[in-house]
Amino acid sequence: MPLELADAIALPEGPEREYLWTLNFGPQHPATHTTLRIILTLDGETIVKAVPDIGYLHSGFEKLGEHLDYNQYVTIVDRKNYISPVANEIAWFAAVEKLMGIELTPRCKYLRVIFNELMRIHDHLLCCGAAALDLGGFTAFLYAFNQKEKIYDICERAAGQRFHPSYLRVGGLLADVDDIWIDMVRKFVRDFPKAWNDIVRLLNRNRIFIERTKDIGVLSKEDAINLSCTGPIARASGVVRDLRKDEPYLAYRDFDFKVVCAREGDCYARYLVRMEEMLESCKIIHQAIENLPPGPVNVDANSKVTMPNQLAVYRSIEGLIHHFELIMSNRQWHTPVEEVYAAIESPNGELGYYVIADGSGVAYRTRTRPPSFIHFAVFPYLIVGHQISDVVAVLGSLNIIAAELDR
Amino acid sequence: MTHDEILAKLHAKFGETFTTSEFRDNRRIIVPAERVYAVLEFLKEQCGFDMLVELGGADYLHYPHATDRYGVWYVLVNTTTGVRLIVKTFTNDPEPTLPSVFALWKGADWMEREVYDMYGVVFDGHPDLRRILLPDEFTAFPLRKDYPMRGRGERHNFPVITRPES
Repeated sequence: MPLELADAIALPEGPEREYLWTLNFGPQHPATHTTLRIILTLDGETIVKAVPDIGYLHSGFEKLGEHLDYNQYVTIVDRKNYISPVANEIAWFAAVEKLMGIELTPRCKYLRVIFNELMRIHDHLLCCGAAALDLGGFTAFLYAFNQKEKIYDICERAAGQRFHPSYLRVGGLLADVDDIWIDMVRKFVRDFPKAWNDIVRLLNRNRIFIERTKDIGVLSKEDAINLSCTGPIARASGVVRDLRKDEPYLAYRDFDFKVVCAREGDCYARYLVRMEEMLESCKIIHQAIENLPPGPVNVDANSKVTMPNQLAVYRSIEGLIHHFELIMSNRQWHTPVEEVYAAIESPNGELGYYVIADGSGVAYRTRTRPPSFIHFAVFPYLIVGHQISDVVAVLGSLNIIAAELDR
Repeated sequence: MTHDEILAKLHAKFGETFTTSEFRDNRRIIVPAERVYAVLEFLKEQCGFDMLVELGGADYLHYPHATDRYGVWYVLVNTTTGVRLIVKTFTNDPEPTLPSVFALWKGADWMEREVYDMYGVVFDGHPDLRRILLPDEFTAFPLRKDYPMRGRGERHNFPVITRPES
């Protein structure tokens, strides 16, 4: 049945309307995980209308982007989807580097791929774990968080920060990784399938979990396309679209992996797609870490887009000048007076940045294409006709991160 | 269908009413506001652009060599072939107005509301054009370039409701 807007907005007239009552869901509710609010109109326990009310976490990130330079903005970008911070950074620098025309070094590309896939696993672990938690499966949530912790440790080793690594810079990375980091990633790749299997054995054939998620919140392929859905949510509805394959960025051309799709488009399909994607990501990380190219992680300092290393700054006049030119706010990068849209396949879907540059080191406009925002707009269509207890199942399957939703 | 074929089709239908530009791999067409709905409808129905992947706006007040104030872009994707196309249009004060594309892509709903919220661009024909991120009482449009980054004191002037009043 195709979804019509009327189903989501129009209410019955006349005496039938007197049976309806309104329930305020959120902004503080354990199952919303962050602050978002939904005004539900109910007929008994059946939802006839849902109106999301968002903006509780709006903090003006896009306005800040017009006042911080290209490197400084990375700290703000991190805080958008804080469950996959480095994926946000990769999207932001994909746009900036496309704007400036920078070609990255092979090692940097591989490391960014590894981080992108670690973030995908991280994000999907949270999504699947929290979806199980909301439906009463506490153990799966703990198994997921145990693995999440390992990824935090990997981030900490590379960037010195667990939650918001701010690891990327224009033209490269904050620092190269060391052998201990490589061993940590290898160990993660080795151990992860076992932990993954634990979660799968708890949930995939769990009757309660299946009955709470199967045929709930069904999104058809046509609607998924029409409502701009991307990423695992679109793929669970049968839209075969993955930017890693369609528009291979970084080094994705080098790796062998599958695009995971499903046809059903319900909450269970979205869960299964996410679970399978984790294994594919694990495969990519394995291939990347074993074939990690040697060489520098940053582009040549003479290109004047990336910071020279500390030794060069202290011991050579060129290094000092390069450093000075990038740090002083009236110098910095020379960007073309142009605008550019670049997108990557983030864990949640297409994460794009539309950057308008006016020639200075600070962007004139930074627009995020936030997948959470676009996917939450789908929610009223998915929930109509279901029971009130299905709200948490649908919300959990969409993986709404309020910091990205409200920015 | 490649970009050149699409442009040829558009030229056959709309003549010289639009301009094109290109930067890196971004292909753009710039359409005047009164033709934008017709062009987008044509692109959706005839050229297979079934997904509106992104809709956003900008204020070109202090931008070098800008002639119009508000720009709005539509990033279209053909989900079968993966071809992307950016359609850009401009609108101006005192009443910045554009046609809503909600009838073509339902995904435009919240994205248009966000542009309205941040820039005050009114989308004609949108079924539910309200503020989305900011509170309804907010009067300014904060992403406009003449709005200061630290705000105009809205935060400090929130009404305080005491317990007896509540």
